[in-house]
Amino acid sequence: MRYITPRKAAMGLGAAGPSTGTQHHWTMTVTSVALVVLTPAFLLVIGRAIGLPREGVLVYFSQPYPAIVTALFLIVGMYHFVKGTRIMIDDYLDHTERKVAIIFSEMFGWAVIAAAVYALARMALSAVIV
Amino acid sequence: MGDIPRGNRPLSPHLQVYRLPISAVTSIMNRATGHAMVAGILLLVWWLVAAVAGDRAFATADWVLRSWFGFLVLAGSLWSLWFHFLAGIRHFFYDAGHMLEIDAGQKTSWAIIWGSVIMTVLTLILFFFA
Repeated sequence: MRYITPRKAAMGLGAAGPSTGTQHHWTMTVTSVALVVLTPAFLLVIGRAIGLPREGVLVYFSQPYPAIVTALFLIVGMYHFVKGTRIMIDDYLDHTERKVAIIFSEMFGWAVIAAAVYALARMALSAVIV
Repeated sequence: MGDIPRGNRPLSPHLQVYRLPISAVTSIMNRATGHAMVAGILLLVWWLVAAVAGDRAFATADWVLRSWFGFLVLAGSLWSLWFHFLAGIRHFFYDAGHMLEIDAGQKTSWAIIWGSVIMTVLTLILFFFA
């Protein structure tokens, strides 16, 4: 027999309580505003890069502006993606499936960020060393 | 209750026959585009990592990126990006308590649909001819 009442079991589980719903919404708002600026900047940068030979790509992303804009767009963008995917996961999945999906989404997002930062850092730093 | 004729009564709306309002369609599309554009991000990050990995890796990634398949993924992601961009800006107004009337929701929905197509075409023109 369960002594805990359904009301007691539900207490504190709402998005606005000691949970992280408010923080989540604010994170989405901040990253959205950042991406309004970063998206056009990134498109102009990447539009000039696609079509270059390999040497051209390496030299292009060794410049500060293309490297920083691309890094910021991909980091903030994938962070926004991870947080946004969480909304869909919470809508459609429960229990173990939900936990697995959240963990997979976080790991995927940070793996893409790591790969992008690694590539950009190699290109940006190699030019200084050489 | 068995003698009440039920055969000719109209049925209540059901998802399979219910025509979604345009604001519901753009709301669903906002979620879908946010997730779909990651295909283009993945392709570009692979291309960036390949550029620092070596000549053969870059040749493969660059060939895929500039093939008809790569164009399809990137152009689709570009349209998704602009759709999500415009729908995200509408959310700033929603959060501030504006444009919440049915009429405003329909107008902004069409603005997002046509705006995303126009911005995609303009971006592609810029990429290929500027």
